[in-house]
Amino acid sequence: MQGFGLLSALVWLPIAAGVIVLLLGDRRIVTGRWVALIGSLITLVLCLPLMTGFQGGTAEFQFVEKLRWIPGFEAYYHLGVDGISAPLVLLTAFMTVPVIIAAWSVIETRPSQYYAAFLIMEGLMIGVFSAMDALLFYFFWEAMLIPMFLIIGIWGGPRRVYATIKFFLYTFLGSVFMLVALIYMYLKAGDYSIASFQALPLTLNEQRWIFIAFLLAFAVKVPMWPVHTWLPDAHVEAPTGGSVILAAIMLKMGGYGFLRFSLPIAPDASRDLDMLMIFLSLVAVIYIGFVALVQTDMKKLIAYSSIAHMGFVTLGAFIMFDIVQNTGSLKGAAMGVDGAMVQMVSHGLISGALFLCVGVLYDRLHSREIAAYGGVINTMPKFAAFAVLFALANTGLPGTSGFVGEFLVIIASFKANFWYSVLAAVTLILGAAYTLWLVKRVIFGPVANDGVARLQDLNIREFLILGVLALAVLLLGVWPAPLLEMMQASIHHLVDQAVASKVPL
Amino acid sequence: MNPNVLLAIPLLPLIAAIIAGVFGRQVGRAGAHTVTIAGVAISCALSLYVLKQIYFDGAPTFDAPVYTWLVSDGINIQVGFLVDRLTALMMVVVTFVSLCVHVYTIGYMHDDPGYQRFFSYISLFTFSMLMLVMSNNFMQLFFGWEAVGVVSYLLIGFWYTRPSAIFANMKAFIVNRVGDFGFIVGIAAIVYFTNSLDYKEAFAAAPQLVSQNIVLSHTTSVAALTVICVGLFIGAMGKSAQVPLHVWLPDSMEGPTPISALIHAATMVTAGIFMVARMSPLFEHSETALTFVLVIGATTAFFMGLLGVVNNDIKRVVAYSTLSQLGYMTVALGVSAYSAAIFHLMTHAFFKALLFLAAGSVIIGMHHEQDMRKMGGLAKYMPITAITCWIGALALVGTPFLSGFYSKDVIIEAVGESHRAAATYAYWCVLLGVFVTSLYTFRMLFMTFHGPERFRHAHGHGHAEEQGTAGDPGPGGALAHAPAFATAGAHGHGSAHTSAHAAEVSHAPAHAVHSSGGHGAGAHAHEEHDRSAPHESPAVVTVPLIALAIPSLLIGGLTVSSVVFGDFFGDAIFVLERNDVLGELAHEFHGAIGFALHGFLSLPFWLALAGAATAWLFFLKKPSLANTTARTFGWLRTILVNKYFFDWINENIVAGATRLLGRSLWRGGDAAIIDGAMVNGTAAAMGRLGSLLRHVQSGYLYSYAFWMIIGLAVLLGWFLWR
Amino acid sequence: MITLGHLLALSAVLFAIAVAGVFLNRKNVILLLMCVELLLLAANFNFVAFSRYLGDISGQVFVFFVLTVAAAESAIGLAILVVLFRERRSINVEDLNTLKG
Repeated sequence: MQGFGLLSALVWLPIAAGVIVLLLGDRRIVTGRWVALIGSLITLVLCLPLMTGFQGGTAEFQFVEKLRWIPGFEAYYHLGVDGISAPLVLLTAFMTVPVIIAAWSVIETRPSQYYAAFLIMEGLMIGVFSAMDALLFYFFWEAMLIPMFLIIGIWGGPRRVYATIKFFLYTFLGSVFMLVALIYMYLKAGDYSIASFQALPLTLNEQRWIFIAFLLAFAVKVPMWPVHTWLPDAHVEAPTGGSVILAAIMLKMGGYGFLRFSLPIAPDASRDLDMLMIFLSLVAVIYIGFVALVQTDMKKLIAYSSIAHMGFVTLGAFIMFDIVQNTGSLKGAAMGVDGAMVQMVSHGLISGALFLCVGVLYDRLHSREIAAYGGVINTMPKFAAFAVLFALANTGLPGTSGFVGEFLVIIASFKANFWYSVLAAVTLILGAAYTLWLVKRVIFGPVANDGVARLQDLNIREFLILGVLALAVLLLGVWPAPLLEMMQASIHHLVDQAVASKVPL
Repeated sequence: MNPNVLLAIPLLPLIAAIIAGVFGRQVGRAGAHTVTIAGVAISCALSLYVLKQIYFDGAPTFDAPVYTWLVSDGINIQVGFLVDRLTALMMVVVTFVSLCVHVYTIGYMHDDPGYQRFFSYISLFTFSMLMLVMSNNFMQLFFGWEAVGVVSYLLIGFWYTRPSAIFANMKAFIVNRVGDFGFIVGIAAIVYFTNSLDYKEAFAAAPQLVSQNIVLSHTTSVAALTVICVGLFIGAMGKSAQVPLHVWLPDSMEGPTPISALIHAATMVTAGIFMVARMSPLFEHSETALTFVLVIGATTAFFMGLLGVVNNDIKRVVAYSTLSQLGYMTVALGVSAYSAAIFHLMTHAFFKALLFLAAGSVIIGMHHEQDMRKMGGLAKYMPITAITCWIGALALVGTPFLSGFYSKDVIIEAVGESHRAAATYAYWCVLLGVFVTSLYTFRMLFMTFHGPERFRHAHGHGHAEEQGTAGDPGPGGALAHAPAFATAGAHGHGSAHTSAHAAEVSHAPAHAVHSSGGHGAGAHAHEEHDRSAPHESPAVVTVPLIALAIPSLLIGGLTVSSVVFGDFFGDAIFVLERNDVLGELAHEFHGAIGFALHGFLSLPFWLALAGAATAWLFFLKKPSLANTTARTFGWLRTILVNKYFFDWINENIVAGATRLLGRSLWRGGDAAIIDGAMVNGTAAAMGRLGSLLRHVQSGYLYSYAFWMIIGLAVLLGWFLWR
Repeated sequence: MITLGHLLALSAVLFAIAVAGVFLNRKNVILLLMCVELLLLAANFNFVAFSRYLGDISGQVFVFFVLTVAAAESAIGLAILVVLFRERRSINVEDLNTLKG
C-alpha cells in the first residue's frame, strides 16, 4: 500500500481550490478568482515533477498510489500513470488555466460557482486519466458529468436545457452499459483492478458483449458517428470555457477508454469488430467533413470538425489488426496508436484554441453566426493572426501539431489498406475547405457591418492565453519527439496486449 | 560542407520573418526591410558559396539529419538536409530570386500599410522554399510543400479586403490541397514499402519496388511504383498548376505583382518540377507514371497556351504563358529529360520574371490599366520597358541564341527522340505549342507596344472603374468570379478583372509614378491629364528589368552544354539507360553556337515565325481580320474565353454538389434521421408510451389499493401454486 | 374452547371488512383512515393470537410497537386531512385525484 502522492495532489488540489472558491461566494469573487487561477496554476506546476520524473522507457505504471477504498468490493483508491495517460493529465492541467483566465471578466452570473465547477471538473478529469481501479475510474467518469451538466445548464445559451439533457442522457446511457461490463468482470476477477481485468481470460462471446458495452460508453464520448449529435448542440449552448473543456479533454476520455479498456480487455473482440470501428471512423472523417462545410454557426462548425478529427483517433487505434493481417508484421501497428495519441493531444490544444477564439468574438458581438461577421481582420489584426494560425493548424498544416497525428495515421492506415488511407486523406481537402471557408467569411474581407467596425482587438489577457496555446501548437508541430518518446513503451505494450489472444484454451 | 552554414541558409530568413512579422511595430518599416533583406542576402551568399563548393571544389553530397522530428514504431523521422548539385542550383535560384523581390518590394510596397507583414511573408516563403528544396526526407518535403502553399495563400490574400483576392487565395489553397491529397498517399505508399521516409532508402529500394504490387480489391492490383509516382505527381500537378489542377494560378494574379512574378511564376510553381526531378530514381522505374506525366504536361503546354490568345488582361496572358511553360517542363520530365526540365525551369525563371516585371511597368505607366485593348503604341512612350519586354518575349518564343531557345528546343527534340507511349501526342502538342506561344506573345507585344494608341479613347471608361477607393474593388471585383459564360463573358470578364487589379495597383507603386507627390492616402486620385500620357517607369522599375534581361539573353547559351548535355547534376538525377533521350541528343550536340545555328533550320523556329506573322497580321496589320475569325469560330472562342469551363464546372458543379451533399447529410442524416428519428424519436416514443400508461393512474386511492390487493393475490397465488 | 382457528377467522373478517372499506368507500377520507387502522388491528390480532399459541411474549411486544406507529400515523393523517380541508374545502375522496396521470 503506497500512500498519497503527487497524483492525489493533482486530483484533489483543484477540487479543494474549487470548494474554497465556492465557499468564498460571489461577494468575494475577486479573491475567488485569484484562488481559482492560483489553484489551476499550482496544478499545472505540479505536472512538472510528473513529467520530469516520468520514465519513458517502461510501460509500467508510475507514481502509483494504492489505498483501501471499499473493502467489501475489493475496490481500491488506486492511482498511477503510464505513457498513455500522462500526456492527457498534462493536457487537462494545461487547458484548465486558459479557461479560468478566459472567464476573468466575462462571466457575471454566479462567477464563484463557475470557477468552482471548472476546478472540480479538472480534478475529476485528472482522476479519470489516472485511475487504475475500474470502480474509481467509473466514479470519476460519472462525477465529471455533474459539473459539465451544470456549466451548460446554468451558463449556457438559449437552448441550454435541451442541450444539457441531451448531453447528459447520451453520455449517461452509454456509461451504464460500461458499468454492467465492469461488474461482470468484477464477478469473474474478484476485484476492480484494471490490470486484473486486462489479464482476465474471456471467451470471444464474452469479449464481444464487453466490447459492445464499452463501445457504447466510449463512442458517445469520442463521439463517433452516429452517436455524435449531442456534441454540436452541447458546444453551441455551452459557455466558452465549457466548450473548451468539452472539446479539449472530455472527448479524449472516449479515445483513452478505447486504449485503456477496449483494446487490452477485449482484444479478440476488437479484432473481430475492427471493421465496424474503421467504418465508423471513416464515416466520421468524410460524412462529418461534408456536414461541417455547410454550417452557419461557428461553434457548430468547429464541433463538427472536432468529430471529424476524432475519427482519426479511433481509426488510428483500430487499424493495427488489419496491419498485422495485411503485412504479416507488427511494424506500423504502434504507429497508428501513436498517431491517435498525438491527434488527441493536438486536437485538445487546437480545438480549445478555436473555441477560445470564437469566445473572444462572442464576448464582443454576442453572436456565433458566421453571417454576423466579416472582415474581422480590419479591426482585430492580432486576433486574426491567431485565428488564422489555429485554423491552419486545424487543417493539419505541417509545422503545427495538427499535422503530426493525421500524418502518422494516414501513413499507418496505408499499411492496413490502400483505401483506408485514401479515404482518410480526403480530410486534407475537406478540412481545408470548411476551415478556410470559415476564415474567409469571418476574418477576411471588407468590414461587414457596424458591429465588426466597433470591435476591439485582443486585450492582454486574451493575447496571453492565445499566445501560449499558439506556442504549444507550434512546438508540438515542430518537435513532437518528446511526446512520442514518453508514450512509446506504453503503446508498444498496448499493441502487444491487443494482438495477443485472450480466449482461454 | 559545414552543416552550420547549411543550417543558417534556411534559418536566417525564418528569423528575419519572425522579427518582421511579430515585432513589426517595434522594428518599424526600415527595420523590417533591413532585417529581412540582410537575412536573405546572407543566405543567398551562403548558397552561392555552397554551389561553388559543390560544383567547382567537388565537395561530396551532404546528407545528414539536423534533429529527430519523431520516432514512431521504429521509423525515425528526421529533419535533415540533402545538398547535392540539384539542390545547390535550386538554392541559388530561390535565394537570388527572393533577394530581388525583397529589394524590389521596398519600392513597390512603399505606401502599403502592410509593409512589415509583406516582408515577413516573403521571408517566410524563402524559408519554406529552402526547406522544400534542401529536404532529405518526405516529411520535410511535405512540410515545405505545404508551407509554401500557405505563404502563397497569405500573399494572394494579402489585400484581404478585396473579395476577389480572398476568393482566389482560398481557391488556391484548396486546389493545392487536392494535389497534396495525392502527394500524401504517395508518401504513405513509400513508407508502406520501405518503412522509411528518407530519400536515400526510398531511392535504394526503387529497383526492388518494380515487382511489388498494391492490392486495390480482391481482383485488381496496381504496380507499387505507379501508385507512388502518380500520387506524388498529383501533388506536383497542384503546385505546378497542371491540368486539371491549374485553375488557381490565373486567379493568383490577385496578389501583389512582385509576388505574381516571383512566387507564381519563378519559384513556387516550379516546386513540382523540382520534386519530380528529385524523385527521378523512383519515376524512372515507372513507365506508367511517366506516360501520365507526359500526357498531362503536353495537354497543359498546348491547351493552356491557347487561353493566352484570347485573354485581354496583360498580367493574365503572362500567367497563361506560365502555365504553358510549366507544361513544357512537365513534358520534359515525362520523357525522362529531367535536366532539360530543370534547365528550362532556370531560364524560365529569368525571362518570365522579366516579362512579369515589364507587365508591371506597363501597368504603372498606364495608370493601373491592365486591359490590353486600351493600350497600343506604348513603345514610343516607354522605350526601356518595350525593349526589355521584347527581349523577354523573344526568349520565351525560342529565338535562337536566346536562353529560352536552348531550353525549349532541347525539350522538343527530347520529346521527338522519345519512344514512350503518347510521345507522338506530346510532340505535336509541344510543336503546336511553339506556334501558340509565339502567337500570344506577339499579340501581347503588338497590342501593348505597337499599333494605334487606344488608351486615349479608353480613359473615360477606365476612370469610371477606378471610382472605388483602394481596397474596395466594388462589384467588379466580385464579378470577376461569376461564371463568365458565352461570348458575353468576354468583355465582362476582362473589365471585371481590370477594376480588381486597378484597385490593387493603386495600393502600392503609385508613389513611383507620381513622384511629383500630391496624391492622397487613397493613392488613386489621378487627374485627367495624368492618364492620357503614358510615360516610362522610374529607375526602381527599369533597373531590375535590365538586370533580368541580361540573363534572359545569355544564360541559356552559356550553360546548356554543362547543365543539359554535361554532367552538371552528377548523380542527383537518375536516368535509366533505355530512357536516356538527352544522352542520344548529346551525340548530335556540338556546342551552343552550332545548336543555335541548327535551330534556324528546324521546324519550331518556322512555327514561331508563323505565329509571329499571324499575330502581326491579325493584331497589327488587319485587326478586322481578327474579329472576322473570332466570329467564324465563335464556338471555339466561347470555349477559350470560358477557359474550357473549368472554373464554371468547379464553382457550379463540384462546389455546388459538395455543398448540396453537405446540406443533405446534415439536414437529412444528422437532423432528420439521427436526431429526429433516433434521438428525439426515442424520447417521443417514450412520451407516447407514457401517455398510454397514464390512464392506469386514476388518482383515486381506492383503485390503487385495489390494484395492490390484486397484485398481492397474484404474487401469493404464484408463490403457493407455482 | 376458543382455538387459534377462531381467532384467525376473526382477524380475517376484520381484515376483509377493512379492505372492503378501503375499496368501497368513495366519500370520506376519514373513513379510509379508520379502515387502515382496522387493517393494522387485524394484523395485531394475529400477533396476539400467535403469541398466545406459541407462548412467545415477543408477539405481544410487537403489537405495542405497531399500535404506537399506528397512532402516530393517524395523527399525521388527520393533520394532513385538516390542511387538505383548508386547502380544498373538501375531504371527499372523489375530489382528491390530483395524482391522476
